[in-house]
Amino acid sequence: MYRQDEFDQTFLAERVAEFRDQVGRRLAGALTEDEFRPLRLMNGVYLQLHAYMLRVGIPYGTLSSAQMRVLAHIARRYDRGYGHFTTRQNIQYNWIKLEEMPDVLADLSLVGLHGIQTSGNCVRNVTTDQWAGVALDEIEDPRLWGEIIRQHTTLHPEFSFLPRKFKIAITAAPHDRAAIAVHDIGLRLYRNDAGETGFEVMVGGGLGRTPFLAKTIKPFLHKRDILSYIEAVLRVYNQFGRRDNIYKARIKILVHDLGAEAFAKEVEAEWQPIKDGSLALDPVAVADIASRFIYPDYEKLENNPPELTAAKARDRAFAIWYENSVAAHKVPGYSIVTISLKPVGIPPGDATAEQMDIVADLADRYGFGEIRVGHEQNLVLPHIAQRDLLAVWEVLNKAELATPNVNLASDIIACPGLDYCSLANARSIPVALELTKRFRDMERTRGLGRLHINISGCINACGHHHVGHIGLLGVEKNGEEFYQITLAGRADEKAQLGQLLGPAVAYDKIADTIEQIVSVYVDLRERDDEIFIDTVQRVGIDAFKERIYATH
Amino acid sequence: MQLIRDGKIAEDRFVKILDDSPIPDDVPVVVPAERYLANAEEFDRRTSPTGVLWPNNRRISELAPHLDHVATVALQFPTFRDGRAYSQARQLREQYGFRGELRATGHVLRDQFLFMSRAGFDSYEVSKPADVDAFKEATARYSVFYQPTGDGRALAATSRLARSRSSSIELERSSVVPALLLRS
Repeated sequence: MYRQDEFDQTFLAERVAEFRDQVGRRLAGALTEDEFRPLRLMNGVYLQLHAYMLRVGIPYGTLSSAQMRVLAHIARRYDRGYGHFTTRQNIQYNWIKLEEMPDVLADLSLVGLHGIQTSGNCVRNVTTDQWAGVALDEIEDPRLWGEIIRQHTTLHPEFSFLPRKFKIAITAAPHDRAAIAVHDIGLRLYRNDAGETGFEVMVGGGLGRTPFLAKTIKPFLHKRDILSYIEAVLRVYNQFGRRDNIYKARIKILVHDLGAEAFAKEVEAEWQPIKDGSLALDPVAVADIASRFIYPDYEKLENNPPELTAAKARDRAFAIWYENSVAAHKVPGYSIVTISLKPVGIPPGDATAEQMDIVADLADRYGFGEIRVGHEQNLVLPHIAQRDLLAVWEVLNKAELATPNVNLASDIIACPGLDYCSLANARSIPVALELTKRFRDMERTRGLGRLHINISGCINACGHHHVGHIGLLGVEKNGEEFYQITLAGRADEKAQLGQLLGPAVAYDKIADTIEQIVSVYVDLRERDDEIFIDTVQRVGIDAFKERIYATH
Repeated sequence: MQLIRDGKIAEDRFVKILDDSPIPDDVPVVVPAERYLANAEEFDRRTSPTGVLWPNNRRISELAPHLDHVATVALQFPTFRDGRAYSQARQLREQYGFRGELRATGHVLRDQFLFMSRAGFDSYEVSKPADVDAFKEATARYSVFYQPTGDGRALAATSRLARSRSSSIELERSSVVPALLLRS
């Protein structure tokens, strides 16, 4: 966990004061909505269909229990008792009054939270692996670099009015849980043949109307150069990114139009004059930031303690949850627990204030006070002693936080869609809810194995449909909601964009069609453990196309 | 339009000549980039200062060879949302060492003053009269800065290393949080 200091605290207080002044000027009419928009956006305040929406950043997805309690407090006091965790490790509140917004931000700032740069055409919240610091396969904790980049890009005077938003993701493990290939900048921390760790820098990935996978423009970048290099990328983008068409303004279009090689050359030309300047990272400054990450004081424990083995043998429901939601930790005797925010009948990623408090309490009692948010819209308790798993599960289970569906068909990623969002063409949440109902038989759903269904209510792709094993994109045809289906997308180290299955399917047919796709998979799979995406990969999309559309 | 220069309301001594009118020799003028580049030698022989209005889609490297002769560079914000001139400003100041007047023109609003000042601007053609009085407040709003831009402001990272480690306080302020929760 990162411990902020008096500088961060002073900064946040100054920010709250500034926003209070801006809201005051807006309410008094001194600012037009057009002039106010970018100011509120830079504080995470959107105007949605029914009300203002606040997005609170959760840097690299790490929360303390105290922060989680304040998130619960915001939900209770200023909203309708719940919040929505997003695919960018943030949380959104949908019903906050503009007049109360400065108070909300003041409350958040007490625990170092804010909405700065969670929207607007600036560098957004830096995301990373939700298992950072505890994953077995990681080279080193990527959050240190997330924090260094976060600080550097906070209210950056040159890059607060970019052509479009800018997202950076970092992974430090061979298995990419941060989806770096679909970010404006994707950073992969790895050890090269000389034994040195540094970054592979990829640029120009993104979903939306024109999806692209990021291209590598720097195969190995020394850590000391990370800020100067990012600065050079941003400077090229700021000057040459398109501003005439919002749909062509992301860096991916610039990289595509120039070609990755020419783009890399432009970056190199901007980088050379600044690389040895004030942005070259001083190891002392890096060590100072690293020193403020607090790591748990783990006990010396053994894996698979007798309590755990006995509990699994005794309680089948616990054993099933354990199989599904508990992952190996790098420290013996500890586990990583994923908390599913996808029970049947609840919009994906929603949590009530009570649930947030329960998770905070569990983190305090059993998990060194730490919580993570993953881009799959689930929460994580990253350090639970294995002997405590049963106790943790019992509490989660009572709070409807232990649906054993992590990575299964009902672990759906969905954007807010037409129920909340002013951009959407179609609803996402009701489709997700219907699907969780269809896949409520956990025995059957477990039998289907790993299957990611991602739903976006419009082309902006907040539900990451391009990289779902099954992706649904809501479109509008003559005033009715239809869904385009793509198959075989993925966002991990083998990232690829889904392929279109065929003509879009109407709202009332979509759940049936998904069930059909799933049964075709079951028919076609070679073995029970050949997962959905591998089957599609092996047989090709046409085998699905023929069977699905033959019956329509 | 009101001009702020070096933090104070100032008289604009420059005359903008944006068409083909003749250039008076004894008056400071600002001319478009095209006209300046086409007649640079002529302009450089003038006895009074010359300023250049530089478009935000033209590489600043084209102007670099002439910077010794240019008194003012006026960069453009066609709307406040178009941030290209911030990069041009930093290149002029930090890469090309331009020490003359760097002027923000176009849609120049108070909520951008601090960003502009950090990027190297020292003069502003302020769009709204009411924003003129807010200049001081708007540029003094923050005391903590996270990134170096060549403006000389103290950085959080530097101050951190300078202060004694013992004064560091934690944000896990358990006394604050319960009080806050009681209100809800």
